[in-house]
Amino acid sequence: MDETSSFLPLIAAMPFIGALLPGLMIRAGRNVSALSAGFATLLALIMLILEAPAVMRGEVIRADIDWMPLLGLNVSFFLDGLGLLFALMILGIGLLIILYARFYLSKSDPMGQFYTYLLLFQGAMLGIVLSNNVLLLLIFWELTSLSSFLLIGYWKHLPEGRQGARMALAVTGMGGLAMIGGMLILGDIAGSYDLTVILAHGEAIKSSPMYMPALILILLGAFTKSAQFPFHFWLPHAMAAPTPVSAYLHSATMVKAGIFLMARLWPALAGTDAWFYIVGTTGLVTMLVGASIALFKDDLKALLAYSTVSHLGLITMLLGFGTKAAAVAAIFHIINHVTFKAALFMTAGIVDHSAHTRDIKRLGGLAAFMPITAVIATISALSMAGIPFLNGFLSKEMMLEEAAHTVWLGNHWVVPALATFGALLSVAYSLRFIAHVFLGPKRDDYPAKPHDPEFGLWAAPALLATLVVLIGIFPQAIAAPLVALTSGAVIGGEVSYLHLKLWHGVTPALYMSIIAVGGGAMLLWQHKLLERIWLATPRPEAKRLFDLFVDGLVTVTRSISEVLHNGAISRYLAVFVLTTVSLGTIAFLGGAHGAGGRELLSIPAPAFAAWGLLVVAAISVVTVHRRRFLALVLIGVIGLTVSLGFVYLSAPDLAMTQISVEIVTIMLMLLALNFLPKETPKESSVLRRSRDAIIAIASGGAIAALSYAFMTRDFSTISTFHLDNSYTGGGGKNVVNVILVDFRGFDTFGEIIVLGIAALTIYALMEALLSGPASRKLTTWVFDQPKSRDRHPLMMVVVTRALMPIAIMVGVFVFLRGHNDPGGGFIAGLIIAIALLMQYMASGFVWAQERQRMEYHTMIGLGVLIAGFTGIGSWFAGKPFLTSAFGYVTLPPLEKFELATAALFDLGVFLTVVGAVMLALYSLSRIARRAGETVNVEAMDYDPSEVQSTSEDT
Amino acid sequence: MEMLVASAIGVLTAAGIYLILRLRAFPVILGTAMLSYAVNVFLFSTGRLAVNAPPILTKTAESYTDPLPQALVLTAIVISFGMTAVVVMIALGAYLETGTDKIDIATDEEGDAA
Amino acid sequence: MNHWIIAPVILPALLAPVLAAVMRHDIVLSRVFSLAGTIALVVIALGLASLASSGGTFVYELGNWPGPFGIVLVLDRLSALMLLITSVLALIVLLYAIGSGWDKRGRHFHPLFQFQLMGVSGAFLTGDAFNLFVFFEVLLIASYGLMIFGGGGMRLRAGLQYVVMNLAGSTLFLIALGTLYAVTGTLNIADLAVKVRELPLEDAALLRVAAMLLMIVFAVKAALFPVQFWLPATYTNAPAPVAALFAIMTKVGAYAILRFYTTVFGPDVDATGSMPADWLMPAALITLVLGVVGVLGARRLVPLASFAVLASMGTLMIAISLFTPQATMAALYYMVHSTFAAAALFLLADLIISRRGDNADWLKTALPISQNGLLAALFFLVAIAVSGMPPLSGFLGKLLVLDAAQSSVDMALIWATILVTSLVMVVGFARAGSVLFWKSSTLKTEAASESSPYIEPIPTPVLPIISAAAPIVVLILLTVFAGPATNYMQATATQLFDISGYVNAVLGAN
Repeated sequence: MDETSSFLPLIAAMPFIGALLPGLMIRAGRNVSALSAGFATLLALIMLILEAPAVMRGEVIRADIDWMPLLGLNVSFFLDGLGLLFALMILGIGLLIILYARFYLSKSDPMGQFYTYLLLFQGAMLGIVLSNNVLLLLIFWELTSLSSFLLIGYWKHLPEGRQGARMALAVTGMGGLAMIGGMLILGDIAGSYDLTVILAHGEAIKSSPMYMPALILILLGAFTKSAQFPFHFWLPHAMAAPTPVSAYLHSATMVKAGIFLMARLWPALAGTDAWFYIVGTTGLVTMLVGASIALFKDDLKALLAYSTVSHLGLITMLLGFGTKAAAVAAIFHIINHVTFKAALFMTAGIVDHSAHTRDIKRLGGLAAFMPITAVIATISALSMAGIPFLNGFLSKEMMLEEAAHTVWLGNHWVVPALATFGALLSVAYSLRFIAHVFLGPKRDDYPAKPHDPEFGLWAAPALLATLVVLIGIFPQAIAAPLVALTSGAVIGGEVSYLHLKLWHGVTPALYMSIIAVGGGAMLLWQHKLLERIWLATPRPEAKRLFDLFVDGLVTVTRSISEVLHNGAISRYLAVFVLTTVSLGTIAFLGGAHGAGGRELLSIPAPAFAAWGLLVVAAISVVTVHRRRFLALVLIGVIGLTVSLGFVYLSAPDLAMTQISVEIVTIMLMLLALNFLPKETPKESSVLRRSRDAIIAIASGGAIAALSYAFMTRDFSTISTFHLDNSYTGGGGKNVVNVILVDFRGFDTFGEIIVLGIAALTIYALMEALLSGPASRKLTTWVFDQPKSRDRHPLMMVVVTRALMPIAIMVGVFVFLRGHNDPGGGFIAGLIIAIALLMQYMASGFVWAQERQRMEYHTMIGLGVLIAGFTGIGSWFAGKPFLTSAFGYVTLPPLEKFELATAALFDLGVFLTVVGAVMLALYSLSRIARRAGETVNVEAMDYDPSEVQSTSEDT
Repeated sequence: MEMLVASAIGVLTAAGIYLILRLRAFPVILGTAMLSYAVNVFLFSTGRLAVNAPPILTKTAESYTDPLPQALVLTAIVISFGMTAVVVMIALGAYLETGTDKIDIATDEEGDAA
Repeated sequence: MNHWIIAPVILPALLAPVLAAVMRHDIVLSRVFSLAGTIALVVIALGLASLASSGGTFVYELGNWPGPFGIVLVLDRLSALMLLITSVLALIVLLYAIGSGWDKRGRHFHPLFQFQLMGVSGAFLTGDAFNLFVFFEVLLIASYGLMIFGGGGMRLRAGLQYVVMNLAGSTLFLIALGTLYAVTGTLNIADLAVKVRELPLEDAALLRVAAMLLMIVFAVKAALFPVQFWLPATYTNAPAPVAALFAIMTKVGAYAILRFYTTVFGPDVDATGSMPADWLMPAALITLVLGVVGVLGARRLVPLASFAVLASMGTLMIAISLFTPQATMAALYYMVHSTFAAAALFLLADLIISRRGDNADWLKTALPISQNGLLAALFFLVAIAVSGMPPLSGFLGKLLVLDAAQSSVDMALIWATILVTSLVMVVGFARAGSVLFWKSSTLKTEAASESSPYIEPIPTPVLPIISAAAPIVVLILLTVFAGPATNYMQATATQLFDISGYVNAVLGAN
């Protein structure tokens, strides 16, 4: 039964391939562009027709390519009756539209874009009807929304175009997203996203508890696409698109996608009460609403748009009935609707094109000026009205026949009656389309002199009108096979007996038709009166509501996100701290916690004193933090106390590092403070301050408890290994240092890089500042502190100069012993840096600068490189990065010390530290000098008066 | 002793947190400095406390304190030093460029909060 | 031992100082070397990816000290994937920075850029918790430098906030690590995985605290509610190429969560159990909502992009929070997608800004810009990708996530959130796009025709456009080859959940 075809994917791909052409071909002219588009479509159509016979024989043609097997999303197509019918319509009408558009679009319209968009859309539609994988179908489904967005908004300069496009995208996109959910559920139930598999699991699906959610989600998709009430409002606004687009989207394709989906999933979803009442009722209501609005629209395209809504409702209703006969009727009406509606849109476009208006009130009597158009329009409109000998009549009869014996909530007459009324309205607006546009007296106030267009423009509608007549007269011969085949595909089985004929004998449907035609004529006759009533009655204006909704949404979202993200970092931090404390507490309470058994250390008096000092200092920092210098000093005190604590608790290295970092940090901050306000203003309210205090105390308490909790319990740690292997494996007695340069040397490598980056960042920042507005501010800087007349007191100069060599000696010493005793590259680096800092403070930066041997950038770079290459060196020993090697050297007068590659690594650390600190300082000093701080070039021999003058003229 | 250390950590943290919730750059920086003290001591204390047991290998010593947290703290100290230097300079730069050392950015100043 | 494993860290680490010390005065030289280094990084990443795809877990013991005592680097499928994403993204961003001349607007762009890469690569490779902290600091401080690159008042103030926020985060990181060490006595991730599963019940509470605090630390990086507030202002004020590069920064947080809450605090750990998932899922959902709320409400294009990033992190974290191999596969696919989608968005935004003059990125009508058509087309593609519409990878990623969520108890909630937010996102982008590209033609109608676009006097260089389009090309490839991609990611997810495999590789089967 099934056969695979290599054609199928090609057919589906053709429009997309074709979409590339027009955009390029446009350079070769509008005709070439149109031809290339038409050629692609024609090619696809031909390939499709080549497949048709097989399908007619009842075969199903398939093609599968794996895409995402893990998700169950595959490029798999299949072609059966239903697919064939829609594919024919999409490509056939598409071809006519391409022809029509070539003559419709004006010189100023970018035709290349138009055809590209059109083909993209065509491809998406084709994909929908050929997909054999619901996920693939979803992709094409959303693609139609996107490409129609481009088509509807094609005339960018028209606000209606933009808004219509956005509305269509929002509504149909929403449906599509809902449908994703529905499809995933179907797939879950059926155990596959293969459409054929899903269709085969109809019973399982209908009996599944997830049936209702799936049904609703999928119908949301179908109804929005097919503009069913209450989602019908987007369609008329999509009419801002160029007429060829409207003709294509709203007759053959876009809006039919929803119908197609309902037909496609008919075996899987239809037949339940839920289906009948939701789908059937929605269809019925839509038919009536659409028809009654259409009757009072003066814009030709609006009239047609609402008539489309109404006819889509009719088809939906038929599918909703859930009977096979109704499904057949639905299919037949789909075919008929395509033919007459496409023709009508095109004639409307012609009228607009030649009379330069689509307003019925300004038209009338056109028959005399444009006979051809008039004939085409009349035939198509009569078919829409359901007048005998035209195809519309046949399917409408079948619809009424089905409606006649449909029971709704046990009521036998409501559906037939309303169906008849719907038909009646449709007669009315169809006749109005003829009467008020083409008939009636000639007028002389048309915006432009109407005339029949060139052949190219009326060829397409003429062809369609001919079809309307032919199907109307010889339905059995022309339409029946296709209808039978298609309906078979829909209801999943052979159509037992199908005979399409004009004369059904005297049936209820006939009476209903007669009533409809008669009543319709009456309505048209009384149109003026009715219109007055219509205009008098208030109606909700869908677009206004939609706009209100969206704008409201935007306003709300805007205020939400701008309140939440209002740039108040102080609040962000408060939230962060609160979250941490509360979640941490919750986590703690959620698990068992046993009290620790570790025996605690006693508290000697000095420790207690230090603790007291620390607490007092910390509290006073908080209280006096507004006086910034004072606060800094207190911070220094705290740092000092902390390092004392480290000494006491057997961490000499920590103590040394802490203290030296302390000094450098404070120095930098002091220098920076030169250029910052010296006081912090009192800004936050008492309430806020107490809030912060509470947060602060809570977090302090939490962390204290946490640390106490683990300090009081024993544990086993990996560091016993480090103690054991430090000397034998790392060649050092100072385990901490060995860990830093050997066991965990990689951390240290990262650490010095952090320092290097910090320095680079600071340098880059200062560069930016001195070239920015800040530099102007600096040149006119006035130091708010009285400067000491003598910026470089001789005493200090001498002392620091004398200190320098000593500092260097100490540095080297600390560096060398580092591996076995407290010390090491980092501390040594800081010591040297501090010495240099003091030099600067005493003698001025220029002096220090002149005597600087090496550029700081180079120093940093060198440091990182030495460290890095020390690490790489071990590769040549076939060892991994940073593997150390060492030996011992005696070099009097120094104690016997060890020479390890680790020491080389430490040298890298040393250089980076010095370089980084000094580069940061250098950057700061450049600010200082831009701000006119005096720096004496020759420090030793200066004349105070000189300094005085310089300090005065700044 | 443990109680002292724990409470010291608590006090330092509380002070630090309070300061970073201020509205000017400088106190916030002081706050981060305080926090780094707190966290250094905290990290150090994870090796438990010991007196007269520095992790310097000698013949005589019978026990050593846990060296690993000390190494970690050293790394942390250095890193936080780099961070502090950067944040100080950025704060300075922001002040020199905009003339304010407010840490919050009001919506209207920026035109758009986001 | 295979030294290539450490190359992604060492290469930029040694290139950067050279750039800073030797070539800092020669922009051309800097560009050439920086570019060469980044290309080399891509090649290395490809090699490592193919190495990892063998399914093995490769360990590099630094200083030749065995784990858990020394620091180890661990290369498995996940880290290899992250390295590959990073390097490719870096190359694209670097090309843009050079093409648009951004790298000349300040000092030391290239060294900082390389250091940034070093930090990110290290974070993805290291198998040691504290070393992860060090690399976090490296990538953070480099990101500070890049964030404030070029200076400017508003950027400096936003930068200050970014730094302060992350200083707080780093502090918490140390606290979390300290607690972890205090309880387990180790820092090596594999060893932690073992110890955490052996610890006595009485340590459960402290262990849970450690797990929770660590999660908050990573959440800050991944910009999850309620610690996401820093992201929009940062990304908005950062230089465009930096914002594009930052697309990987949030992923570092996501990666860390993925690594720690499967290997160490996996659902099978008694002490923590489902605690991580229970807290991550709601946070992720709210983040997604806040993201799209920002997208719809944005007045400017760049904030819109920033909030789009927030939303994508929400979606990503939803997938991660499910903590099943299938969901992880979805998460990984979506992670690749969202990284490049975000980059494309920021680069494109910069192209648009550079053409709109005073209007900058304000979403208001202005004269049509040069190459309106081209940029509009690119914007359309990026919008499709970011809002997760078909046919691009964003849609496939969302399908994967939705599909994976079917097994979850919160299925309805997750589906509703993802689907509704997608719609809002679409509306938001449609509004922005139609204002930027369509409405403009009302002012200059003839410009609406492609044949006669409004031409700016200055000729527009082609490199920026190519490099801005490059991420879109990546997305297209990711879409077309979704099959192989998802296969690799499923293998990755499976490997990630095979804890004993990881542990044995690092600690030896002892």
